[in-house]
Amino acid sequence: MNVMYFAWVRERVGRPSEEVETAATTVRELVDELTAREPRYAAAFADPTALRVAVDQQLSDFDAPLENVREVAFFPPMTGG
Amino acid sequence: MDIRVQDAPFDLGAESGVFAARQSGMGAVVTFTGIVRDNAAGDLSEMMIEHYPGMTEKAIGDIATEASNRWNLGDILIIHRYGALAPQEMIMMVATSAPHRSDAFEAAEFLMDFLKSRAPFWKKEVTRDSARWVEAKDEDEDALSRWRSGVAD
Repeated sequence: MNVMYFAWVRERVGRPSEEVETAATTVRELVDELTAREPRYAAAFADPTALRVAVDQQLSDFDAPLENVREVAFFPPMTGG
Repeated sequence: MDIRVQDAPFDLGAESGVFAARQSGMGAVVTFTGIVRDNAAGDLSEMMIEHYPGMTEKAIGDIATEASNRWNLGDILIIHRYGALAPQEMIMMVATSAPHRSDAFEAAEFLMDFLKSRAPFWKKEVTRDSARWVEAKDEDEDALSRWRSGVAD
């Protein structure tokens, strides 16, 4: 699955996107898996309340299932306009 | 409905004129323009705007469709820029047309409230010796609550 990062999440993880092989069934499990991987992910995901997630380009939440999902993106609250 | 996400500048006068001229049967056009505000210290060198290509267009399209369903509108134009913008540069514009002005005004305000916190853009203020991500404000989220009935978010 393609995992993308934006704004300060991208800066903390150190890359804009990557292919992730995972058995995670929900967004939360994916976050836990990445957090356990390396400190830079732990730094990016330290405060889940400061994070938003999009699943296949739709705003979603951490309980969202990942079955058949191609793209997950993590980012801070949006500041458009 | 005309939605454009671009790094290039746009001509507010020309866009507004063309938008107004192509309406038929409408009595009102409302436009809003967002410009890069300097920071409190007055030393902003640029505003970096990042976005999520693909999702951005979809999210703006969904917001515009919702506005079309709620109000009696003729047309909607939304232009939003990304990339490095200098103070006073135009970031984005919204134009709505409607038979009557209240629909055009309310729809424009609805579009702005949702573009602010439901379209995937992130702003970073860059000065000569620092860079800081602009944080979303609680009142931006509160602004959505008055439109709450029936909005998927």
